[in-house]
This record gives sequence, C-alpha cells and structure tokens, in this order.
Amino acid sequence: MRFDDRRFVLMATVIAVCAVFIVRLFWLQVVDDRWKARAADISERKITVFPSRGLIYDRHGELLVANTPVYDIMVVPREVKEFDTLALAQLLGVTPKDVHDRLTKARAYSGYKPSEFEKQVTADQFAGISLHLHKYPGFYAQSRTLRTYPERIGAHMLGYLSEVSQRKVEQDPYYRAGDVIGVGGLEQYYEPALRGRRGVKYVVVDVHNNVQGKFMGGQYDTLGVEGKNLYTSIDARMQAYGERLMAHKKGSIVALDPRTGGILALVTSPSYDPELLVGRVRNHNYGVLQRDSLNPLFDRALQAQYPPGSIFKLVQALTALQEGVITPQTGFPCNKALVGCHNHPMATDVEHAIQYSCNPYFYQVFKREIEQNKDPDRFKDAVLGLNEWEGYVRSFGLGERPRVDLPAAKGGRVPNTAFYDKRYGKGGWAFSTIYSVSIGQGEVEVVPMQMANLAAIFANRGWYIDPHIVTAIGHPDSLTRWERHKTKVDDHWFDLIAEGMRRVTEEAGGTARAARIPGVTVCGKTGTAQNPHGKDHAVFVCFAPMENPRIAMAVYVENSGFGGTWAAPIASLLMEQYLTDTITRPDLEKRMLEADLIADEKNYKPFVSKRRKR
Amino acid sequence: MTAVRDSIRANMDRPLTALYLLLLFAGWANIYSAAYNPDHPNLFDTAMEYGNQSVWIVVCLVLGAAVMMVHGDFIKNMAVPAYSVSLLLLALVPVLGKEVGGNTNWLQLGPVRIQPSEFAKFATALVLTRYLSGLQAFRGMRTRAIATAIILAPVGLILLGKDVGTALTFGAFILVLYREGLSGNILLLAIGVAILAVLSLILRESMFHIPFWGREVSGQYFLIGIITLTCLFAFWFISRFVLKGQRKRLYGFILFTLIGSAVFISAFDFVFENVLSERHRTRIGVTLGLVYDPQGLGYNAEQSKTAIGSGGLIGKGYLKGTFTKYKYVPEQQTDFIFCTVGEEWGFAGTTLVVLLFGALILRCIQIGERQRSRFTRIYAYCVASIFFLHLMINVGMAIGLAPVIGIPLPLFSYGGSSLVGFTLLLATLVRLDAERLSQLR
Ligand SMILES: [Zn+2]
Repeated sequence: MRFDDRRFVLMATVIAVCAVFIVRLFWLQVVDDRWKARAADISERKITVFPSRGLIYDRHGELLVANTPVYDIMVVPREVKEFDTLALAQLLGVTPKDVHDRLTKARAYSGYKPSEFEKQVTADQFAGISLHLHKYPGFYAQSRTLRTYPERIGAHMLGYLSEVSQRKVEQDPYYRAGDVIGVGGLEQYYEPALRGRRGVKYVVVDVHNNVQGKFMGGQYDTLGVEGKNLYTSIDARMQAYGERLMAHKKGSIVALDPRTGGILALVTSPSYDPELLVGRVRNHNYGVLQRDSLNPLFDRALQAQYPPGSIFKLVQALTALQEGVITPQTGFPCNKALVGCHNHPMATDVEHAIQYSCNPYFYQVFKREIEQNKDPDRFKDAVLGLNEWEGYVRSFGLGERPRVDLPAAKGGRVPNTAFYDKRYGKGGWAFSTIYSVSIGQGEVEVVPMQMANLAAIFANRGWYIDPHIVTAIGHPDSLTRWERHKTKVDDHWFDLIAEGMRRVTEEAGGTARAARIPGVTVCGKTGTAQNPHGKDHAVFVCFAPMENPRIAMAVYVENSGFGGTWAAPIASLLMEQYLTDTITRPDLEKRMLEADLIADEKNYKPFVSKRRKR
Repeated sequence: MTAVRDSIRANMDRPLTALYLLLLFAGWANIYSAAYNPDHPNLFDTAMEYGNQSVWIVVCLVLGAAVMMVHGDFIKNMAVPAYSVSLLLLALVPVLGKEVGGNTNWLQLGPVRIQPSEFAKFATALVLTRYLSGLQAFRGMRTRAIATAIILAPVGLILLGKDVGTALTFGAFILVLYREGLSGNILLLAIGVAILAVLSLILRESMFHIPFWGREVSGQYFLIGIITLTCLFAFWFISRFVLKGQRKRLYGFILFTLIGSAVFISAFDFVFENVLSERHRTRIGVTLGLVYDPQGLGYNAEQSKTAIGSGGLIGKGYLKGTFTKYKYVPEQQTDFIFCTVGEEWGFAGTTLVVLLFGALILRCIQIGERQRSRFTRIYAYCVASIFFLHLMINVGMAIGLAPVIGIPLPLFSYGGSSLVGFTLLLATLVRLDAERLSQLR
C-alpha cells in the first residue's frame, strides 16, 4: 500500500501527545507548588478556638467582671449574591458606601475565606439583624464575648481589654495581630491565667464553606485551655460605697484586711465607668478620658506619691523606741522655734506626742536618731544615723514598690545617704539639712497603698502580709501564697502606737474625733501632705477594732486641708459599713456623699461619653 | 457455532481486551470515589452515580459478550441501518430533548436517558469504514464529497442541539481519511490555519507601532505585514538561489500562502467578532491565556488544574481527594473526571492513565495494520482516532492545554451512553480482529 507509512505519522502523533501530557502533568503535580498552595488556601481553614476569658469575683462571690456575647457579621465574598446595598446598610446601621468599601476589602483579602464585615454587634441589635440576615447569602454572624461589669466599679484595679499592640505581637509569640490583651489592673497582671490558651482546629470545607471534616484527622489540632476565674478579697459593696463617697472628690481609698493582706476596697477618684472601655466605643471613650482635665485614668491609689505628713511620726516614734534613743516616757517641750506647731499641752510622753501630733517633739526624736555621736564629725555622724534609720523605715514597706498584684504601683521614696549625697554632695549634708523628714515632709514620699499597709502594720503590731487582691486562681480553694514580713521594731512597742492612735479618735482633743464609730474602738491618725500647688492633701489612716483588727485603711482626699474634716469621716463610714453592716449616722453620710470638692476646678465638666448599649 | 465461539475466544486480542477491562474498572473505581457518599457506600446503590454506573458496566459487559457472538458480516450489514437509526434519533433530539446546561443532546427513553450522539459515533465509524473499504483508493472529488457527507450529516444534526463538543469529536475521522490517502497537505493546511488563527487572536488585542511610518496598526494587520515581508524575502531568496526549473512552483506556493493568509486572517477576524458569541470568545480567550477570569469561565479550568496539581507525586489516596469531593471542580464526575485521578493518585496515577490510553490507541493501530481485511483496518483506525481525540481534548482541557469543551473521557466519565458507545466501538474491533485468520479477503 502506498500510504502504509502513514501509520508511523499517526503513531508518532499519539506518542507525542501522550509525552506532552506527561510533561505537563509532571509540571503541574510535581514541580509547581502553586496548585497545592491554592488547593489548601481554598479548601482548608484554620479555626481558632478562643477560650472564654476567666471571670473575676469579689470575696462574697459577686461578679465584678463577666462576659457577654456580641456578634461579628462575617462575609464570604464568593457566596455573596446580588443584594440591596441600601437595605443591608440600614439593617447594620452603616452607610451604603461602608457596605461597598468593606465588601471590596473582603474580596481583596480572599474570595473563599470569611472576613469581618461589621464587628461587635450587641445582642440587642443582633436580635433585629438575625431575622433578616438570611436574605443576604454570604453573610453570617459569629458570636464572641466582650467584658461586662455588673457592678460598674473598680475600673482602675480591674483594667480593661484592648487589641494587642504590634510591639507585643513581636515580643510574645502567643499573640497575633487582632488578639485582645488585658491592659492595666488585674486584666494585665493575671493575663496568662485569665486568657487561657487558644486551641487551633484545621478543617476542610466544601465549596459552600461548610465544614466537612478535620484536616488530616485532626493531627495538627491543638487543644485550648479555658481561662481561669479570679477570686478576690474585694468587697464589692464596700468598693461601691467607697466610690460613692469619693464622688466629686480627688483622692483614693485603700482598705485592707490586716490579718491576710487582702485588699477590701481600692478606690481611686475621679474614676470612670468600666463599661466605657468595652467594645467598639473603647477607642473613642479612651480619647475622651485622656483629654479630661481631672485625669480620670490616673490611678491615684497606686501611683500618686505624697509626703506622708504627720502619720510618719508614728514610724519615727517606733524607730526611736527600738533604737533606744527615747523611752516611752521621754518628753520634749513644744519649741516652735525649731519647727512650727499648734497650741497644745506639752507632750510628756510618746503617747501624748502622738495624740497632739507635736512637730518639735518629733524633730527632737529624729535628731536623736540621726545624731547618735558615733562619729565626732557631725556630717559623718548623720550618714551613720541615717543608714541605721533607713533600715528601720524600709522594713515598714516604704521606699519600695508594694508587691501588690497590680501592674502599675509606684514605690514612693525613703531618702537615704545615696540620695542626699547625690543632691548635696558627699559630706554636704547633716541633720539640719534633712530635719523636715522628721515630721513626714520633705523628701520622703509614699503612695496610698503603702499608707494602708502602714495601717495594717499598726493593726498587727509589727508585721504585714503583702497587700493583694487575688486570693485564689481557677478554683476558690486554690489559695495563692503571699509573703509575711516582720518590721525591725519589736512587737511590744506597737501597743504604745495603738494607744496613741486610739486617743486620736476617742479622746477629747484628738485630731480625728469624726472617725469614731459607736460601739467600735477605732484607732486612727490624721495627716496633711503638703501641696506646693494649692490646698494641702488630707490623709487619714486607721484600723479597727483596736483589739483583733479586721480592717486597716488609708483615705486620701486631695486639696481638702485638714485630715479630720473629710478623710476621717469617710473612713469612719466605710469601716462602720464593713464592720457592722449598718450606717448609724445618716446625716454624716449625706454630707459626705453630697460634698463636691472639685466643683470650682477650672475646665471641669461632668463626664459624658458614649456608652455601649446593653 | 461452538467452533466459531472457540475460535473467537482463542483469537480475541488479549492486550486490547485487558486494556479495556483495566480502564473500565479503573474508571468505575474512580466514579465511586468522585461521587462517594458515606451514607450510601453500596456500589450498586442506584441513588448514587456509581450505582447507575455499576448497572451500566454490567450492561456493557453483557453487550460486549453479545458482540462476540455475532458474525462479522452481520456487523458490516448493520452499518447502514445503524447509521440511519442514529441520524433519526439525532434528528429527534432537538425536537423532543430537554436542554441541560446549554446543550440539548439526550433523549429520555423510559427510565434512562440516552445520548444518541454517542451511538452516532459508532454508527458513523461503521458506515465510513464500509464506504472506504469498498473503494479501490481514496481519490477523486466525488469520493471525498461522499466521505465528508457521511461525517457531516450527524455533525450537522448534533450542532442543531448546540452540542459543539461532541460535534468536534467527529473531526477524529480526518485521521482515518489521512491514513487512507487524504493529502497530508490538507492536514498541514489545517494545522497552519490553526496557528494563524491562534496568532491573530493573540495579536488582535494589541496595537503595533510601525517604524518609519509613524502609525499604529492593530495586531492582525501587523501579522499580515509580517507574512508579506516573509514572502518577499522568500521570493528574493528563491530568485537568487533556486534552480530556474523549480522557481515557478515555489512562486505559486508563496503567492497562495500570502493571499490565503491575508484572506483567512480577515475572514477569521470577521467571524470571531460577528459570528461567535461572547461566551465562546471568552472561552477561547481563557484557553489561550488572553483573558484571566478565574471566577467566571476560567473557573473550571483553574479549579481543575488546582485539583490535579494538589495531588502531587503520589496523590492523596483513594477516597481522600477532598478538593474534588467537596465540589470545588464543576462537572467533576463527567467532563472533569480526570481531576479525581490527578488528586487521589497523583502524578503516578495520571501518567499511568495516559499511558494506558496511549497503549490502547497504539494497540488499535497495530491491530488495524495486521489486517488483511481493509474493512477491519479502516475500522480500527476509526476506533483509534475517536479514542485519541477524546483523550486529547478531555485530558488537555483538564490540565489547561485545551479549551474547556465538554466531552467525556472514555470509560472514565460518568454516563451510560458514552460507556456503551465506547464499549461497542472496542468490542466490535475485537470481534472483527478475531476473524482475521478466517478471512481471506
Ligand atoms: Zn507641738
């Protein structure tokens, strides 16, 4: 046949086509990874299972921080069909342009994967939306939780949740952009316990984005760990009462149970409603709070450093007694030439000196501590004396950051030789340079938390447990351990101090008679923190009852002058409410609640802001 | 009768039969996987595609056995009646059929749907074979016209049902005609035309700046210009370096090429612009890589490549092809069945399937070439050509080398009609081949 050779042409063609196919298949399946990546991108989903964040309870099981559901409206662009943009915009309460823009953005991210379309729709709003959402294929809701504060108290100590910062994402491999993290307060301090650990599931979805099964039998999945609840020593009622009493005043209250170091109330004023920093309104409100002239974001209880004032005289007395430079019976005349004082009978012993809060008396006491004549040179002598003195004072928890379970506490200052050497030069200072420390003015500074701890030390007659809020993590019985510290002053000297403090409130002529509570022996001490910018700050520390004290407290009221006027009655009301569960002095209470000490401040406007709908 | 049957069994071509059965069962297993539903794991559950396919496979095996029983002469005599019935059924399709997916290509006969076009392929092969085997040689206009008419009659009817893909498969018969003496130039011409068409499509979207003239022209005119320049150069070359006696023939060839290309390009442009629908234009554009449209028409091709590419070297394993199983590939049980092979069996599986098909086609050619009977030889080429074209277009489409044209992969794609059609084609070849020793013609 003439055309028999054509069989070879045809066979060659078949072989050539098969060869081309095989080469192409080799390229597609073995060489080019793009297709594997695309298949995984389209059909595999990483689902992050966020554990619910731990709740925070007060000492009686009242919820201070809880979780509430909100809904994110998600969109899968590929599933979206033609829809009425205007209707959807109205349903979600956004503009039609928003709808268009967000859809474009979602498309740019991925056609197959869900993107957030509208964040944090509250349960109330969602009830209306959910009825109509089915009309918009490709859109669906995904629930998650936000913080909610049933009592609306304790904003500063609780902290809030915020989106994690870029820096944190780079530092800590746990966090991804968009995660929430605790900021400030317990939310920050106990972040790892509260947040738990997220789980990750890898699933395979079908073309309609329905989950069809685990990826690779779930071998890459990781199990999440639920967030742990925090059980605190806070008394929600007392905290709320304290915040009410401090309304329209600047200052702070720290109340402790001296036996455990557990914090009962931690009030900072002015404060803000913790609900303001939740969800979509957070950024706006945070800005408003930041610009507020009263600085409500400032945590006075932990960060405001004041001179301790007269209360420091108690520490001076104890140190001097322990050192043996005075005895309980030592008396000094009220020599106003040394340092100013008010008119009172002469303090013939330590107890009276405390009762009268006599400045020249404690000038002499401090002088004896600093000038012990261990060195003929008075400058060198002062160094020796101050070093000795510093050791005692620091044993009261002063001059160092309180080991409280909150992130932002400041430590105040106990001036030591290094400090004065730096300021005046070595050998450039002596007692005459630093004498104002004797009465708690000058370079010495404390924060209210340290003041309350001081009250606890007096109550315990010489020891304290580090103040703290959380008593148990995860389970009410899983107690946390807090360290017990002993001062360098022997216990028996403290009875003197307690007696002096009793006289301050109970005896005629005491400076804090307003702190008396019917039926309870209150020990207290007023103080005045000098304020170079205006009216002095009043402070009152106290504990009660005198025997077996159950509460120790420090109350600061800024710019209120004398401690007995505002600080002592507020402390008294709080202690009465805590100890006896009643208020026997409604008139006093009314006066304290209604007092507005900041009405005349410039720029002051009542705080108004957006609030999250509930 | 017994003697005949024994000789049939003894003379059945074992490699071809084995290849057929191998592909049939591979296809079956594949359909089972592609349509697998854990709630209906039974292979014969007729609620599922694989249940139906199982029934059809039994039908095919019975039919294949039946074909072995009939005499070769009977088959030859059946050619014309079968062809006539096919044409009749094809003519009924546009009248009685319902449209599915833009195509009307099936008839409802009681509980089953049949696609007459699948049987028409077989009938056309028989009739064409019968006509060609009766000729002394494939020569002359009349012969060509009759052969063309035999092929184009079903094609015309199929096009009435808008089933362009199936109509295209009848192009396979050109290979048969080539083997029987159709000028190779016609094939070359066809290839040349195809290249011109593709070039002008690629170029028509872009403008070209002409140096020294300061004007821009659109791509197809640029193409004509290039061809003209090439021809002028060839003319000069011939006039200088070719012997005088041969020049005239070559000049004629150049002239024909020049005028032919110019006319074709212009005509093609016109047809492309005015005759083809937007859908077809886009589809062609996507295949040529001119249009990127992964969400629209390019979607199928893109998903198909993804499924196959994700299989890797050895695949994800049987029943584990999640990409195909979760419906990411449209038509993945019919036109895109090759994706399941690619995803679950990887490069190893796809290569094996391509090689098996290649072997089957080459075996058909080999069988054809060993015949003393012209009829069997020509018929063998028909079978080989039809399988080849299906393989080329279906696999080519799945791996992005051919436009998305909906035709089945023989023995793999879901659908009874095509399964039966391909079985008849092969079984008849085996039957005819088995007779070769007793045939003296
Ligand atoms: Zn005095």
